[in-house]
Amino acid sequence: MAARKPVRWHIAVFLAPAVLIYTAVMIIPLFGTLLQSLYNKGEGGARVFVGLQNFATLFGDALWSDAFWNALGNNAWFFLIHMLVQNPIGVALAAILSTPRLRMAAFYRTAIFIPTILSFVIVGFVWKLILSPIWGIAPGMLDAVGLKMLFAPWLGKEEYALTALALVSVWQFIGIPMMLIYAALLSIPDEILEAAEMDGITGMSQFWKIKLPLILPSIGIISILTFVGNFNAFDLIYVAQGALAGPDYATDILGTFLYRTFFGFQLQLGDPYMGSAIAGAMFGIILIGVCVYLFGIQTRLRRYQF
Amino acid sequence: MANARLSTGRKIAAHAVLLGYTLIALFPVFVIVINSFKSRKAIFADPLALPLPGNFDFVGYRTVMKQGDFFLYFQNSLTVTVGSLFCVLLFGAMAAFALSEYRFRGNSLMGLYLALGIMIPIRLGTVAILELMVSAGLVNTLTALILVYSAQGLPLAVFILSEFMRSVSDDLKNAGRIDGLSEYRIFFSLVLPLVRPAMATVAVFTMIPIWNDLWFPLILAPAESTKTVTLGAQVFIGQFVTDWNAVLAALSLAIVPVLVLYLVFSRQLIRGITAGAVK
Repeated sequence: MAARKPVRWHIAVFLAPAVLIYTAVMIIPLFGTLLQSLYNKGEGGARVFVGLQNFATLFGDALWSDAFWNALGNNAWFFLIHMLVQNPIGVALAAILSTPRLRMAAFYRTAIFIPTILSFVIVGFVWKLILSPIWGIAPGMLDAVGLKMLFAPWLGKEEYALTALALVSVWQFIGIPMMLIYAALLSIPDEILEAAEMDGITGMSQFWKIKLPLILPSIGIISILTFVGNFNAFDLIYVAQGALAGPDYATDILGTFLYRTFFGFQLQLGDPYMGSAIAGAMFGIILIGVCVYLFGIQTRLRRYQF
Repeated sequence: MANARLSTGRKIAAHAVLLGYTLIALFPVFVIVINSFKSRKAIFADPLALPLPGNFDFVGYRTVMKQGDFFLYFQNSLTVTVGSLFCVLLFGAMAAFALSEYRFRGNSLMGLYLALGIMIPIRLGTVAILELMVSAGLVNTLTALILVYSAQGLPLAVFILSEFMRSVSDDLKNAGRIDGLSEYRIFFSLVLPLVRPAMATVAVFTMIPIWNDLWFPLILAPAESTKTVTLGAQVFIGQFVTDWNAVLAALSLAIVPVLVLYLVFSRQLIRGITAGAVK
């Protein structure tokens, strides 16, 4: 057995380059940031150790906690929309795309993936243009089909802005679940599908009974990637609504809250210590989510080797 | 043949759904591109009109070409993206193989350690990274960007690739071992070709945030000679806020290279799939 060999150097060789780069450029700087969340400015601006006091301020002091819980709630809604809209549509598109001998599949796949490769600069700019009540294309298009009264300046209304931006984000990133599921569906061996067809399982029931169980691990990966991506999101809100995440913080999520705190904005100076505390809180939230996935879900998924 | 008719009907439905979504996906891009070819007045008069001889105007592209060195920016972006991709794919696949193939003490701990990076944006460590690059003398070099992006891309690559590598047949690897292949040969000539579709997928996902990143080029390499195309376009938008022709033209130009890169990899992805895994 392999386990009896004395020292298996190849394992170290395989791991070393990745671990070295990752540790030096990512983990050590991040650790520095987390450490910083335990400090604050003392008298005369010197750095003093304050323990968990920054976190107590963040969760309990109304000055900070209102903004924090608001951002967290918005972030949860942002994530929910992605899970309910982006991932089911992505899976459905991938399932349709993987229909055998479908013409122009490569064209559709490329076209649907194009929004994902666009930079946030472009996405924010173009959707602001389309949804703009003045220049906008959306009012004109709704007018053309007689639904003008449905139009509202979505990005400017507190009750719609976050949902509208979440849907823009869904539009942009739908390519990712689609591609991952598409790859997973294509890697299902033909033998299994042929065997299913022999048993009379085709079409929709083939998808539900044969393919879906086989791609569940990929759906798990997508869910956790969506979770992590959403709780790290920042750029789209920033390019569309600015660091103040207007209107009236209605689109403020943890990423923008962190940015404002860390680097400051118009009237407020940057506070690296509270910023680090927010970063630490984000880290904690994401860590909990990932642990739930790794230990609660991933270990229960059944994997098939083919 | 009831079966054949049924599948024809289903194919039409499939095309309808895909075509419908394709329209949704491409419409905003279409809006940017058509308006970048129109005169300023035509943009505001009728944003959906196609660029026809009456309103066709190249003025946006002329402004872009006069300003800044977009070819150099493209070159920088390409160097950074390809360099980081190479590191992420090679080192990521190696680490994923070690984690998915061997049982050794600390395996799951190492997996968790490497997965940490997916959970925290590397941006949170920016200040410390800048200090690191200053002390290493790498500020305003493309190397600094490649290092940061490699570190940023590795965790996800390891995570996805090890998931895929677990489904590579053990029998195949053991057959290789019996034939006397070294572990390195098993990795490079048996496992890597089999996970090529997954590699292409990882490549696409790694490449996009690197190409589109604004943050690190701004902080680590803002010099004129190391500017990337996204930074160039952003500076441009900042300077020409009201010159919509130029902004739309710059945005259209910024789409092209990443689209080409994507097409290159997606072809690899198709080839990887059709080359046929173990059957």
